Amino acid sequence: MTSKDNSYGAVMARKNEIMKAAVGVDYASFESGSLAFDYEAMMASTGYTLEDVINIQKGFSIGNTPLIELKNLTTLARRCAPDGMGARIFIKDEAANPSGSFKVRRASVSIYHAKNHGYKGAISATSGNYGAAVASCCAKTGLRCIVVQECFDSKGLGQPEIIEKARKCEALGAEVVQLTVGPELFYVFLRMLEDTHYFNASLYTTFGIAGIESLGWELAMQMREQYGCDPAMVVCTNAGGGNLTGTARGLRKAGCQAQVVAASVNLKGLHMASDHQFNLKSFTTGHTGFGMPFSTWPDRSDVPRSAARPLRYMDKYVTINQGEVFYITEILARLEGLEKGPAGNTSLAAAFALSQTLPQDQCIVVQETEYTGAGKHVNAQLSFARSNGIEIRLGNPEDEIPGRSIILPEHPRLIKAREADMSHLRHSLIKHAVGTLPEVSRDSEGHPVLDEQDVEFLALETNSSKEFVLQALKNL
Amino acid sequence: MAKKGDWVKLHIEVLKPEERAPQVPEDTKIVPLEMWVKGILQEDCEIGTEAQVLTRTGRLVSGTLCEINPRYTHSFGDFIPELMLIGDQAQEIVFGGSND
Repeated sequence: MTSKDNSYGAVMARKNEIMKAAVGVDYASFESGSLAFDYEAMMASTGYTLEDVINIQKGFSIGNTPLIELKNLTTLARRCAPDGMGARIFIKDEAANPSGSFKVRRASVSIYHAKNHGYKGAISATSGNYGAAVASCCAKTGLRCIVVQECFDSKGLGQPEIIEKARKCEALGAEVVQLTVGPELFYVFLRMLEDTHYFNASLYTTFGIAGIESLGWELAMQMREQYGCDPAMVVCTNAGGGNLTGTARGLRKAGCQAQVVAASVNLKGLHMASDHQFNLKSFTTGHTGFGMPFSTWPDRSDVPRSAARPLRYMDKYVTINQGEVFYITEILARLEGLEKGPAGNTSLAAAFALSQTLPQDQCIVVQETEYTGAGKHVNAQLSFARSNGIEIRLGNPEDEIPGRSIILPEHPRLIKAREADMSHLRHSLIKHAVGTLPEVSRDSEGHPVLDEQDVEFLALETNSSKEFVLQALKNL
Repeated sequence: MAKKGDWVKLHIEVLKPEERAPQVPEDTKIVPLEMWVKGILQEDCEIGTEAQVLTRTGRLVSGTLCEINPRYTHSFGDFIPELMLIGDQAQEIVFGGSND
């Protein structure tokens, strides 16, 4: 038996060595020694080309999901839009994938790699669809699988959506470990990696992101083949940033110039690690509580360098309220005959509003749907919210207060995609990055001074320019 | 009484309140970090007492026995009348009024 110190502090201190064994990637080899690291070299280090990824996914029956034109939803948007506006809305029905969401694209490359490198199993820390995705691929390859979830508050009350995801993981043969609220889930996760020597099927490795590139690529090809055009805009629900990053990289590989828009559910004011507030939110992912911090500092993830770096690819970031996503989920069922989501419909709610800002001859693509079921359903979530004292009513979504109310729009014209300030997000990333340096040189006015390489790196990280970064440093 | 070989759920206290991570908010810091694990019971045991299970991945885990053949209790919830109104309104906007 091991005589290792398994206290919280001791395990966290061993984080990097545990991760190196559990991912098999030597992150240090991409580092420059200061802020900059070679992101593209890291992405290429998987050794899998886009073609390889597509072939790996074919082996799991993943991909080639339908691209559906939502004609009735487009009509509804046009009835709310100024004359001549209301782009055609399309949705990529990723729920048709084996595990019921796009997340299986991410899991497939990881599990294929883990299997080929002799790992006996895989572990994933996720309360989302990713758990079922990893479980599905493990089932197919014969690997063992553990999914670690943050699921209950201290009263033992479980979020219905997460409980459903646990059920699905178990149905696919995984062991599910459920925890109460708190970031120490990561501690439990590290201990399990150390004890089992399983692969860390992280959402944030190069494998996890390379796996989504096929989605962006496929979407562009389907638009061209089926509709003879490229989309003007592609909308991605944004939490950890991988969905947007991988999709955007795939679009670029296809030569598609579509604007890439991030969309998150607005949960402003709710603390993600609060025991009390855990069950006051009706979305467990795709929300600003993950989306904003991961966009402005991607390396907060469970690997030393996250391959999900959404600010590199994001043209616009919009937020949408809980009531608006529930509204659009209901409308998708009622007008299009498609019962999906609800969390995966965050980008659809945003697209409904964004469509009204584009001319009618343009196309806007929502790049995912997710399966629905008991717990993971608009009715289940609204009932749960109501039982937790959240006010639910028809009205103006502008009046919604996360944790207190959910306002279902009393008319579709009230649905708004609220734009976040991209310049602010870029400044925030630069500030975080500078804050990680143990020592910072400063000019005579006390502003940080970075070397040329780091300035160029931050310009890439923020999809801006060296001038923007230099100016931002002057504001620190 | 649960029998050896039963499929059961265990409860485990992972961290006491005083052992919790420094960055957690106050309301989380005053409660323990709890965990639930399922597996095959290794010895006959009463609910509420210490037990050991073999999990699906072959891990031996100890904790307090809390449920035998644990069931899923999540559902589609209560009917939400507001959702019906929304759907009817949208249908009318797109397809026009009554089909009578």
